[in-house]
Formats: sequence, C-alpha cells, structure tokens
Amino acid sequence: MGKKRFNVTVDRTICKACGICVAFCPMSVFTTDHDDKAVVSAPERCTGCRQCELLCPDFCITVVQVEETADG
Amino acid sequence: MGELHEKYLRMNKMPHIWCAGCGNGIIMGAFITAIDRLGYDKDEVAAVSGIGCSGRITGYLDFNTIHTTHGRALAFATGIKLTKPRLKVFVFMGDGDAVAIGGNHLIHACRRNLDMTAVIFNNHIYGMTGGQFSPTTFKNKSATTAPYGTTDPDFDIAQLCIGAGATYVARGTSYHARLLTDLIVKGAEHPGFSVIEVITHCPVNFGRRNNFESPAQMLLWQKEHGVAARKAKAMPLEDMEGKFTIGELYRSTEIPEYLEEYGRVIQAANEEKQP
Repeated sequence: MGKKRFNVTVDRTICKACGICVAFCPMSVFTTDHDDKAVVSAPERCTGCRQCELLCPDFCITVVQVEETADG
Repeated sequence: MGELHEKYLRMNKMPHIWCAGCGNGIIMGAFITAIDRLGYDKDEVAAVSGIGCSGRITGYLDFNTIHTTHGRALAFATGIKLTKPRLKVFVFMGDGDAVAIGGNHLIHACRRNLDMTAVIFNNHIYGMTGGQFSPTTFKNKSATTAPYGTTDPDFDIAQLCIGAGATYVARGTSYHARLLTDLIVKGAEHPGFSVIEVITHCPVNFGRRNNFESPAQMLLWQKEHGVAARKAKAMPLEDMEGKFTIGELYRSTEIPEYLEEYGRVIQAANEEKQP
C-alpha cells in the first residue's frame, strides 16, 4: 500500500493573488509567481487535507486524488 | 472550480467581483457545500440578499434569487416564505445591512420565528461604500469615518438575536469553513428562525486600516480568537477577553414556528367564509 497521491491544480486565469493558499498549506505545496499568483511547486507533498480548496475565495484550486494503478 | 461550483453557481458570472482574499467567497463555498449536503433541489431554494458586498451573492448562486433593498432582505424573505412555504429560504446580509439599517427587521424576524435561515456576513465594516465604521466595528479600530479610532462599543450579533427570540443561533468564521458548513446545515434543518453569524474579513477596507498585512493574517486572527463554545464554558472569563465563541450558541424548540401559528388564522378565516 503506497502513499496516497493528489493532483493539485490552480486556475491561474481566476487567481487573484491573495496568498491564502500559500500561507495556510501545512505542507508548503504552493509558491508564488512573478504576479504573486499561486503556483503548485511541490504537489508530491500534498496530503489531501483540502484546506486550500476550502479557503480559496475564488475557487481556483482543485485537489483530486490520483487513482492507484495495479503495479503501484 | 469543481463539480459543486458548476452545479450551484452561475458560471457565466464567474469570476466574482469580490476583492482578492475576501471572505465572502469562502462563505459562498461553505454555503453551496451545505446545500449539497442537505440535498435540496435547486428549485426549492430561495436566496434573498440585501445591499453591500454580501448582497452580490444572489447574483452568483443559481437558485431562486432576489437582490433586495438595503436592510430589507428579511422583509422580502418573510413575504416569500409566507406565500410559498415549500421554499427553503436563506437570507444573506452584511453587518451594516442586518444590524444597522435593517436592525428592526432583524429583531422582529427573530421574534416571529418564521422558518428561515439568515446568514450574516460580519466583516466589521462597510466595505462596499469605502470603509465607514459599522455597529460591529470593534472599539478603537480605525475606519474612514473614524480616523482616530471608533468610540462606540460594538454589537454582539449572536447575543442580540438570542435576546430577540431567534430559536437557533450559531457563530462561525470564514476560517473555520468546515464548521460553517455544519452550522448552515443545522440552521436550515431547524424548524424556526435560524441565525448564523459569520465572522469574516475585509482585507481592503478593514484590514489595511488596522495593521493586517494580508488576508491570510486576518484569517489567522479568526483562528486564534474563535473559541469553540463548549471549550469557552470551561475557560476562566479573563482568558476569553477579546475572543469570541464559535459553534452552536443557542437552540430552542419551545417557541411555536410562525407558519403553524399563521395556519390557524387561515383556517379560521376559511371556516368563517363557509355558508
């Protein structure tokens, strides 16, 4: 049984660069780009707590669990 | 955006106009999650809002919606519920809307106990009109109309509603989004007038004037100052200084619901009409 993996995506077109996800992600998955918008820099660290999804006021972030394949 | 947003929001109106980091978006997210959990059909939900940043929510929610006049959302909602009792009525108001210009409507809606759920966005400021202080701005805080700090004590919305006779009163925050969803679900299920006060943040017109460097810092303030009601009971009073309780604060099933009472009037009038 491997570690659960998650796909984290940020819709850059609607991100308003508020910085909430960057501040509250307990695993520091996000960093910011030159426009201060959120970038998913370390998706492998995501534990799927969905704090970013809940606190993003613009609904730009989606966290989807990656289906485990038979060979892991 | 996920499935939930596509199902319950008017996607052609997205992205919303609320400022970067505004708590209103978080509350809207918690609300549609609550509606999904309640399993209500979109056509049986009526959303009513007043004026202010919070009032914009009825433009985005894909239910039966009405954006009404300042402070009068509850009056419109009362009319909707009385004429169409099958509708699940939700009323969205800001602090200025609910306890300043609409203060009278609020206390009388509490007194009547009509089966509706009011969600009050308390960001402690008039955000849309430029940062004037509201009845819930904390004492000594800065606002455009109080550059040297406010002198007025602030209203405790939840306590006001309990005092006025609301039968379900809870307080959440935009930071505790999961709790907020739970509270909205419980408020909607409660047969009577429910009030959910949501402590939220206005980064632009409150935060910038009161030494909050970012929206995240304001959310952190909510995290640090919101104390679960059950935990607060066991805490010494001085530890609660400057903090506020969150969670379910009051619930009563002893007061009759207004539609039942009004039903008796309808019945009596109908009986009188019979030859």
